[in-house]
Amino acid sequence: MNFTLSSSPIDPVALRAAMVDPRAGGFVSFEGWVRDLNDGRAVLRLEYEAFAPLAGKEGMRILDEARQKFKVFDIRCVHRTGLLELGDLAVWVGVSSRHRAAAFEACRFVIDEVKSRVPIWKKEHYADGDSGWVNCHRLPEAAG
Amino acid sequence: MKRITVQYFAILREQAGRSEQALQTEACTPGELYAELAGKHGFTLAPAQLKVAVNDDFARWDLALSDGDRVVFIPPVAGG
Repeated sequence: MNFTLSSSPIDPVALRAAMVDPRAGGFVSFEGWVRDLNDGRAVLRLEYEAFAPLAGKEGMRILDEARQKFKVFDIRCVHRTGLLELGDLAVWVGVSSRHRAAAFEACRFVIDEVKSRVPIWKKEHYADGDSGWVNCHRLPEAAG
Repeated sequence: MKRITVQYFAILREQAGRSEQALQTEACTPGELYAELAGKHGFTLAPAQLKVAVNDDFARWDLALSDGDRVVFIPPVAGG
């Protein structure tokens, strides 16, 4: 099981090959791709920045939790840092299990938790020349 | 006074104009430290929008800081 950050392109073929396991009847992987539109704005490219020591720690905690909740053999997750172009792979999650249900569920759990908990930030660069840190520019909810 | 090292990321890094800051502070907790630094650097994020890490793990805002601690204020995350 590992959670790693990578400043160079993710190779999904190599990652999958490393997880091949004759005990596993099911393997599910998720790829997060850089897409061209966010909140109605055309995106040219984006950058990811991470607080590495805590990202690794929290990432591994998420994988541990997934292994406790779902009957899986192995889970790996790699998240990019640095500058990414449209169509690049931002994050990869792979899960092997004896039967497919656990692999689907664990994969979903891992990507959902990574997105909400791991200290990684995304800056989008828009076609209109503007740029911004996702989730950081909206006004806080009014107290009430 | 305590010696604290603060690391800034993402929008805080841009607003502080630096990625790291060593300082002496009277602040007793991360909450007090953020109030002090937000004033100095003009941070636009409210504490309610942030988490905080001390010595490389998530911490409470009211944790008692110690001399030599490393603090990171964590803006809203957006991985994936």
